[in-house]
Amino acid sequence: MSDPIDLPLAALHTELGGKMVPFAGYSMPVQYSLGVMAEHLHVRAKAGLFDVSHMGQVILRGTGAAAALEALLPIDVIGLSEGRQRYGLLMLPDGGVADDLMVANRGDHLVVVVNGAMKHADMEILRAGLPDLSVELQEDRALLALQGPAAEGVLAALVPDVAAMRFMDVATFDWSGTDLWVSRSGYTGDDGYEISVPVAEVEALARALLSHEDVEPIGLGARDSLRLEAGMPLYGQDLTPEISPVEAGLGWAIQKVRRTGGERAGGFPGADRVLRELAEGTARRRTGLLPQGRAPMRAGVMLYDAPGAVTPVGTVTSGGFGPSVGAPIAMGYVLAGAAAGATLYGEVRGKRLPVTVADLPFHTPRYKR
Amino acid sequence: MKYTEDHEWLDNDDGVVTVGITEHAATQLGDVVFIELPEVGRTVTKGEEIVVIESVKAASDILSPLDGEITEVNEALSDTPGLVNEDAEAAWFFKMTTTTPEEMDGMMDEDAYKDFVGD
Repeated sequence: MSDPIDLPLAALHTELGGKMVPFAGYSMPVQYSLGVMAEHLHVRAKAGLFDVSHMGQVILRGTGAAAALEALLPIDVIGLSEGRQRYGLLMLPDGGVADDLMVANRGDHLVVVVNGAMKHADMEILRAGLPDLSVELQEDRALLALQGPAAEGVLAALVPDVAAMRFMDVATFDWSGTDLWVSRSGYTGDDGYEISVPVAEVEALARALLSHEDVEPIGLGARDSLRLEAGMPLYGQDLTPEISPVEAGLGWAIQKVRRTGGERAGGFPGADRVLRELAEGTARRRTGLLPQGRAPMRAGVMLYDAPGAVTPVGTVTSGGFGPSVGAPIAMGYVLAGAAAGATLYGEVRGKRLPVTVADLPFHTPRYKR
Repeated sequence: MKYTEDHEWLDNDDGVVTVGITEHAATQLGDVVFIELPEVGRTVTKGEEIVVIESVKAASDILSPLDGEITEVNEALSDTPGLVNEDAEAAWFFKMTTTTPEEMDGMMDEDAYKDFVGD
């Protein structure tokens, strides 16, 4: 494996006490001096700044870009209004998911933001599937996320007009001559923004945001516990090439117009499986899991319907401790028969420990709609 | 006080050895959220995994530093695992008697341990 690549803010992370680890091919801060627990709670209480510059920012240009992209995603891209963003899934031919992403309509072009670990594979799928469009990975832009209830006040102090944005709005702003692409969205289950900024200006912007007393830098550790509490899947763990969007509980992301009976039903890779599963259900589904004891149940823990059962009925795909919940939390895949409230048993270090099937999310979203 | 390369501290009081983890280890682990302690009366051998400690980041094991028997465990850690982060030197895990007390003679003292972790 090649050495992890430094992000544009590498020096700042080190200056801030960031503990750097390899992630998605990059050297990234897993935590700063506050530690994972305090960083998590700080985001829920005030605001946290995340460097997510490893993610892929892709611009799609060309006539009929929205219609062309619909051939790769099961979502309504044509109906996405200018200045709005929507969650989507890059589909594989057999109905599995190649990646999850955000699509924004910016008038004369679309912006797609994809996972850092998947961006090069995604670029191949996008280029192959969109031969008539220009598909450009923005290598000269960094990406910051400012998340938490104080995010609006913090960012509005620099760019007043962001206060008027609603959840999933996108807009461009000028900040002292720097071109910012802002969306009101995130990966924490709290209000906040994601801000694309030229690499040359990212350190100045990060320092300006961090200078606000409500803002702390937040590492990958808290990013993971925040998204887990928010019930959001992590690609590579909770979403894989084998798992369909319906199994993943992401049917909400497939608008009516792309479903059976809709005006543009199907027409994306894996549509047969996805539309059939939407109608008939799936054998397994993604669900929340609340361990009844204090022991966390991490990814890979097998789930059984009885302490002595031989055949597993599910698997944990993400798990750990939820600082805002104050207890261990997890998500995973279980047979569809296991309803919320049912007790299963997770095998942890050779012991079968009780765990309750629970609805997601564990943290009620606080978006500005 | 004696220290192991596994970042445990041992305090020998007249044959009863109190065992915990060092502040260095607690810092490396991060916020501790779960601790599973051994049963009192259990006979243990050196190097045996006898405590499970889980932080927000990962699970790790604490190994028995000596041959012997567990005589007491710090139940407070089961309810409040974060005590380890607050004061690792005070948050003892278990007490044991040992059949191999001479092993402690070869363990690091505080200065040697500080050198070992590079403080």
